[in-house]
Amino acid sequence: MITKDEVQKVAHLARLELSEAEVELFTEQLNQVLEAAEKLQQLDTTDVEPTAYAVPMQNVFREDIPEPSMPRDEVLANAPDPKDGYFRVPKIMD
Amino acid sequence: MSKYETIIGLEVHAELRTKSKLFCDCSTTFGAEPNTQVCPICLGLPGVLPVLNKQAVEYAIEAALALNCEIQPYNKFDRKNYFYPDLPKAYQISQYDLPLARNGYVTIHVDGKTKKIGITRIHLEEEAGKSVHSGDNILGSEYSLEDYNRTGIPLIEIVSEPDMRSPAEAYAYLTTLKNILQYTGVSDCKMEEGSLRCDANISIRPVGSDKFGTKVELKNLNSFRAVQKALEYEEKRQAKLLDRGEKVIQETRHWDESTGRTHSMRSKEEANDYRYFPEPDLVPVVISTEWIEKVRERLPELPEAKWQRFVHEYGLPEYDTELIISNRDMAEFFEATVKLHNDPKTVSNWVMGELTRLLKESGQAITESKVTPEVLARVIKLVDKGTISNTAAKTVLEESFKTGKDPDDIVKEKGLAQISDTAELEKVVAEVIAANPQSVEDFRNGKDRAIGFLVGQVMKATKGRANPKLVNELLRKKLQ
Repeated sequence: MITKDEVQKVAHLARLELSEAEVELFTEQLNQVLEAAEKLQQLDTTDVEPTAYAVPMQNVFREDIPEPSMPRDEVLANAPDPKDGYFRVPKIMD
Repeated sequence: MSKYETIIGLEVHAELRTKSKLFCDCSTTFGAEPNTQVCPICLGLPGVLPVLNKQAVEYAIEAALALNCEIQPYNKFDRKNYFYPDLPKAYQISQYDLPLARNGYVTIHVDGKTKKIGITRIHLEEEAGKSVHSGDNILGSEYSLEDYNRTGIPLIEIVSEPDMRSPAEAYAYLTTLKNILQYTGVSDCKMEEGSLRCDANISIRPVGSDKFGTKVELKNLNSFRAVQKALEYEEKRQAKLLDRGEKVIQETRHWDESTGRTHSMRSKEEANDYRYFPEPDLVPVVISTEWIEKVRERLPELPEAKWQRFVHEYGLPEYDTELIISNRDMAEFFEATVKLHNDPKTVSNWVMGELTRLLKESGQAITESKVTPEVLARVIKLVDKGTISNTAAKTVLEESFKTGKDPDDIVKEKGLAQISDTAELEKVVAEVIAANPQSVEDFRNGKDRAIGFLVGQVMKATKGRANPKLVNELLRKKLQ
C-alpha cells in the first residue's frame, strides 16, 4: 500500500504541486496500479533473467564523428531569460 | 593525529577524450562559445533518441583494464533523476547497479612504501553542464548562467575503496591514477579544464577500532594539492570534535581555497533520492571477451610496470623513477637515450635537470624538443670521453635545443673542446698560483677547500675549457 505521504514525497521530488484532492486521487490510482503489478509478481520467475528492455537488441552504437550542433539562437529559443548566450537561472543556493 | 586513524575514499570523474559526445554527435572541443555545442539530445527535448558512442565504451574498457578491473559482460544505462540547473534533462544517464567494471586496484608508492588502493567500481556516464555564478561563488549568487557545451561529454566515475590512511596517500593515489589514464590516452586529465575532478570522503576513528566513523564528503577540490589540504584540514577538524566529545555530522562540506577551511554546504533541496530506473532509450551493451582482449592489446606498458623496471633493471633511485615515469613521453625519451648510452643514472640526471629546465623555459613538450635521444646521448658521450666539460656540455645541449644543430658541430664552432693538453694547462696553473698567494697559503695550511677556488680560477682563465680533473691534479702536484 502506498500512502498519501509517499505520494506527496514523490510529487515533491518531481517538482509537482498537488492539491489535496489530487493527492487523494493519485494515491488511489497508484494503489490500483500496484495491485495489478502484485498480480504479476505471483508468477514464478525463478529461472527467468531480469528484463530491463523489452526490445531484443543490443550493442547499438554510433561512430565517434562530430557533426555541427544546433544554431545557438535555436538552442536558446525556449529559454525564458537568456543572457550573453547562456541560459540564466534563478539563485541556486540560499 | 596519533590517537585517530584517518580513512579516505575518493571518487574521481575523468572526461574521456572522444571527439563527440556520449549520446549525440555534438563536438567535445574545450573552450567554445557558450551553448554552441548543444543539440536537442543534449537538451533532452521531446522525441530525441540518444545513441551510444562506441569509442567512449572502448576508452572506458581500456581505463578499467589499466586499473586492473574486471569488466562486466552485461551493461545497461540508468537514469539518475534530480533537478539541478546544469542538468537540462533533469536526469543524468549513468550506470547504477551494473557498472562497467569492478574490483580493480592502483599501486601507489609513498615514503618508500608500496600499497595497493582498491577500486570498487568504474562506470560510464554523461557530463553535466557548467554553471557560471553571478557572485564570487554559488552561495549568495543572485543568478547563475548555464552553458551546456559540456553536457553529454563521456565521463568515467572511478570509485575507490576506503583504503587510504592519510592525505599524502590520497595525493599519491590521484597522481598515480592520473598518470595511468594519461598513459592509456583515454583522458587528457586537465584539472584546469575540469576534465578530471575529485570528491573525497573522509572519516576518522580511534586507532585500533574496526568500525568506520561518520564520513564527510568534500567538494570543490580544484587541484590535487587542494584535495590534500582539504583532507588535512578535515582530519584535524574531526579530531577536535571527537576530542571535545562531540559528534561528526554526516554532510557535504565545501573546500574554500582562500580561507583554507571547509564549510557545511546544504543545497536548497537536498534530495538524495535519485529514483534510478533503466534508461529505456538505450539498449544493453554486451562486452565480449574478444572485445576486451582487443582493447587489452592496445594498452601501453603502464606506469607501475615501468616503475618496477626502472628501479630494478636500471637501478634508478625511486625519486628519479617517480619523476621520469610521471610523463609517458619523458619515460620513453629516457629509455631511448639509455639504449644509446647505457648509463641510466647520468641520463636521468640530464633528463630531470637540464632538459627539463629547457623544456619548462620554452614551454615545449619533450616530444617537440629538437634535442632527441640521439642528441642527448651524443652530448653525454662527449663528456664521457673528456672532449668537453660538464659545464660546456650544458652549453652544447642548450644550443642544440635552440637550433637543432649537431653537438659535434657546436663544440667545434664555439671552441668548447676541453683543454687536456698538460703543457698548456701547466702554464695557466702557474699563473693562477702566482696571482693567488693567499689561497695557496690557505691550502698549504690544510684548508683543502682552497683548491676549489684555485680550480675555479683556472677554469675562468680558460673560459671553462680546462679539464677540471686534470687541473686539480696539476695544482696538487705543484703545491706539494
